[in-house]
Amino acid sequence: MILVSAMFFPGIILRTKSIASGRRGPGILQPLRDAGVLLRKGSVFSTTTGLIFQIAPVISLATVLCAILVIPFGKQEALIHFEGDFVFFAYILSLGRFFMIIAALDTGSSFEGMGASREAFFAMLIEPAFFILMATFAMFTGYVSFTDIFSNFFITSNHYVLIFSIIGFYIFIQIALVENSRLPVDDPKTHLELTMIHEVMILDYSGFDKALIHITTWLKFAVYGSLIYNVVVPAGWNIYLQIALFLAVQALFAIIVGFLESFRARNKMNKNPKFILTVSAIAILAFAVILILNLNL
Amino acid sequence: MNIALFFVVLILSFALFPVPKVLKHTTALIVLAAGVAISSVWSIEALSGLSSELRLEGMIPLTGKPVIFAVDGLSAFFILVVNLTLLIGLLYAKGYLKQYYGSKNSLSFSLHYFSYLWLYFSMILVLIARDGLSFLIVWEIMALSSFMLVIFDAEEKSIMKTGISYLIQMHVGMFFLMFAFLISANETGSMSFDSLGVFFSGHSNILLFILFFIGFGIKAGFIPLHSWLPRAHPAAPSHVSGVMSGVMIKMGIYGILRVLLYVRHDLLQIGILILIVSLVSGLLGVMMAIVQHDMKKLLAYHSIENIGIIGIGTGLGVIGLATGNNTLSLLGFSGGLLHVLNHSLFKSLLFFSAGSVYTATHTRDIEKLGGLMKKMPYTSLLFLAGSLAICGLPPFNGFISEYLIYLGMFRDLPSSGLHQSILVLGSIVVLALIGGLAVFCFTKAFGIAFLGEPRSQHAVSASEVERGMIMPQFISLALIILIGLASPLFVRPVFDIVGTGFGIEGMRRIAETSLPGLASISLIAGVFIVLVVALALYRKIHLRSVKLSTGPTWGCGYTATGPKQQYTSTSFAYNYNHVAKPVIGTKKMMPEIEEDELFPEGRSFSSRVDDVFQKVIVEKPAGLLSELLKKIAVMQTGKVQHYILYAFVFILFVLLLTWLNII
Repeated sequence: MILVSAMFFPGIILRTKSIASGRRGPGILQPLRDAGVLLRKGSVFSTTTGLIFQIAPVISLATVLCAILVIPFGKQEALIHFEGDFVFFAYILSLGRFFMIIAALDTGSSFEGMGASREAFFAMLIEPAFFILMATFAMFTGYVSFTDIFSNFFITSNHYVLIFSIIGFYIFIQIALVENSRLPVDDPKTHLELTMIHEVMILDYSGFDKALIHITTWLKFAVYGSLIYNVVVPAGWNIYLQIALFLAVQALFAIIVGFLESFRARNKMNKNPKFILTVSAIAILAFAVILILNLNL
Repeated sequence: MNIALFFVVLILSFALFPVPKVLKHTTALIVLAAGVAISSVWSIEALSGLSSELRLEGMIPLTGKPVIFAVDGLSAFFILVVNLTLLIGLLYAKGYLKQYYGSKNSLSFSLHYFSYLWLYFSMILVLIARDGLSFLIVWEIMALSSFMLVIFDAEEKSIMKTGISYLIQMHVGMFFLMFAFLISANETGSMSFDSLGVFFSGHSNILLFILFFIGFGIKAGFIPLHSWLPRAHPAAPSHVSGVMSGVMIKMGIYGILRVLLYVRHDLLQIGILILIVSLVSGLLGVMMAIVQHDMKKLLAYHSIENIGIIGIGTGLGVIGLATGNNTLSLLGFSGGLLHVLNHSLFKSLLFFSAGSVYTATHTRDIEKLGGLMKKMPYTSLLFLAGSLAICGLPPFNGFISEYLIYLGMFRDLPSSGLHQSILVLGSIVVLALIGGLAVFCFTKAFGIAFLGEPRSQHAVSASEVERGMIMPQFISLALIILIGLASPLFVRPVFDIVGTGFGIEGMRRIAETSLPGLASISLIAGVFIVLVVALALYRKIHLRSVKLSTGPTWGCGYTATGPKQQYTSTSFAYNYNHVAKPVIGTKKMMPEIEEDELFPEGRSFSSRVDDVFQKVIVEKPAGLLSELLKKIAVMQTGKVQHYILYAFVFILFVLLLTWLNII
C-alpha cells in the first residue's frame, strides 16, 4: 500500500503546485517517468569519492524499507511489530541519514559539506518532537508499539482523542517536512546551492543512484503519510473504506505539501532551529494535556 | 575460587624486568592471559550458579584484619568486560608501541607493560574485594598504575602536567571514598561492604551515598567531576586510552552499583540524583564533544556521554526500585549494565582506530586529516563501525542497550504519577537529543577525517597500519555485530544478574515479555542486511550495463577548488555552535577589518572552547588555594631560628590546650 501510494506522491505535489501557480503542469506520473529515465542512465562518479558514496543510497533505501515493516495499516498489524518499535523506526531512519551525510562529505565539496551539516543539525532538532509525541500516545493508549497504539487509538471512550488526533496530524506533517527537507525548512526547487539542504547534499549523484535517492524520498513521504492516516482514521472501520481513505489521506497530505510550497516562502536558515523547536514545544503541550487527563488534575 | 593462583600470576609480572626488550610484549601477554584465564573461570562459575556467590575469607598476615574476596553476578559481568578489553588492548599495543621502539629504553618498556598488568590485576581485585581496606588499597594501585601508563610519553611537558593533575583528581576521589568507608566503619566497627548494609539500614542513606557517588563519580567521569577525562585520554597512548575509557572508568559505575546493592532507604532521592547528574553528563558530554577537533579529546567527551547513558539507566532503575515499578527497574539497570559492555567494545575500538590514524599520520587534529578512507581502508571501516555503534544505530550493539532503556521508560509512562512522568519524559527527550547529537558528532568526525580530500601533508603521506594492529580490532567489531544481531543471547544473562542482584520480583515474567522485542529487532536487522546486500548486488550488476565515467566533484561551475576549501570540522559545527553558544561558550579570535584599512593584510582566525566546569571547579579553587599558600609561604624564611620558634609556639599551644582540657 505504502509503496503504491509513494508512486503517486511526488506527482500530486507537483500537480498541486502547478495548478496553484496557474500552470497546467506535467502529469501525475511525470516524476515516475523521470526516475525511470534516471535508472537507465549512466553515472558520473567524482574521483574524490569512494565506497561510502556508492553504498549510501542503497543503505538509505534499505532503511526506509525496513521502517515500513513496522508501520501498521488500520486493523492490519504491521509486518513486524514489537514493543518499542517506534524507537527502532526513528533509529533506523537515522542510520540512513548518517550514511547520506557522510556520503555528502565524501565528495569533498564545500557545498555538500554545508548541506550535510544542516541536515545533521535539523534532523537532530526534530528528533525530540517525534519521541515526545510517541510518549504522549503511549501514555494515552497504554501501549508501546505502533500497531498496538494505533489499533487502540480510537477505541477508548475518551472524547479527547480528537485533540491528539489533530496534534498528531499536525506534528507528523511537520516532522515529514523537516525530514524530507521541504518548505518552509528547505526549498527543493531553489536555484541557488547556498540555500539548499537536502538537494545540495546529493549534487554529485547521477543516474541509478540518484533514482534510488528520489525513490527513498517518496517512500519517506508515504511512510509519514501512513502515520498520519493512522492517527486520523479509526482502525475499526471497514477494510475497503480504509483503503479508499488511506489513498485519500495520502493524496491530501501531498496536496497540503504542494500548497505549502506554493504559498509559503522558505524560512531564513537561521530561523529554522526555532521553527523546528516549536514543533517539539507543541508536542510537549500534547503531553501536558495527556498528563492532566490521566491524573484528573 | 583459587585466589592464591591469581597472586602467583601477579608476582610473575616482575619477570618483565629481566627479559630482553623484544620479548617483553610476549611475556606480558602470557602473564595477562594467565590472569584472564583464572578470573574468567571465576566469573563463569559465578554466572552459572548465580545464587551461590563464591567467597573467600582470610586475614592480612601482619595486621590480623579480615580480608574478603567474593565473586557474584555483578563482579563476574565486569570481570568478563575487563578481561576482554585488556586482552584486545594488549594485542593492539604491540604494533602501536613500535613507533616508540627507537626513542624509549628497555626500562620504560618494562615499566609500561608492568603498569599495564598491574592495572589489570588491580581492576580484577577491585571487582572482587569486599572489605573496605583492601578495596581502597587496590583502588589506589589502580590509580597509580594508570598514572604510570598515562605519562608513558612524558618527554612532552604537557603530558606530565596532565598526568599529575590526573593523579591529584584521583586522590580527591579516593579521599571521599575513604571518608565514606570510615563513617560507616565508625558506626558498625567493620569496613566491609556487608557492614555498609548494616549502616544503611539504620541511618539516613542519602548523605553517605552522595559521598560514595562523588568518589566513584570522579573515576566514572560524571559532569561536573569529569575534568580529568578529556585531558588524560589524549595524553595517554591509544591502547591505554582505549582501556581507560573502555573499562577503567566503569570501575566507578561498578562502585556505584555495588553500593546501591546495600542502600535501603531514600531510594527515590538517590535515583533522582543519579538520573539528573546523568542527564546533564550525557547531554553536555556530547555537546562538548561536537566542538572538539582533537580526535581523542572528542572520544573522551563521548565517554562522558556514554557514562551519562549508563547512569540514566541506573538512575531509572533506582527510581523503579523506589516506586516498586519492577519493569522500569529491570530494564533500566539491564540497559545500563549492557551499555557498560557495549561501550567498552565500541569505545576501545574507536580509540584503537584513532591510534592507528595517529600512528600513520602523527596528528590527532581532524582538521589536518581527510581522505583516509582510500589510504587506510580497514582502519576507516573499523572507525565507521564504531561510530555507528556509539550513535546507537541498529543493527549494532549500542542500539540494544539504548532500546532497553527506552522500553523501560515508555512502558513506565502510562502507570506513573505526575513527577515521575515528567522525569521520564525529560529522560526520553534527552536520550533522543543525545542520539541526534551523537549522529551529528560522528558524521563530522568520520566525514572530515576519513572522507573527502587530504587536508594536509600528514594525511597525504598516510598508509595503512600493520596487520597486527588491525586484527585485534576485528575481534571487537565481531562482538559489536554479534550483540547487535543476536541480542537475546546477551540480554538474558544481564537480566539474570540484575534480577538476582537487586532482588527484582517478577524478573522472569518481565524478561519473557521483553525478549520477543529483541528477537524481532534481530529479525528486522537480518532483513535489513539482506536488503542492503541484494540492492547493492543489483546495483553492481545494473551498473555494468550502463555507461560510467568519472570526473571531478561538481563545484557549481567553479573548478579551481582545492582541499583547503572543503568543509572543516569547525564549519560543519558552525550552525550548531551558533545555537549552543550559551552552553558551550566558544570564543572566536579574529581581528576586525578597520574602516580605513584600504588594503587588508593577511589575518588569522582562531576559535577556542573552554570547558566551563574545568574552569569553575578545578582551576579557580586551585588558583585561590595557591594564592593562599603563597601568603603563608612568608613563614618559610630559611632561618633555623625561626623554625625553632615555630616549634616552640606549637608546643606552648598544645600545652595550653591540654591545660584547658580541650584535648
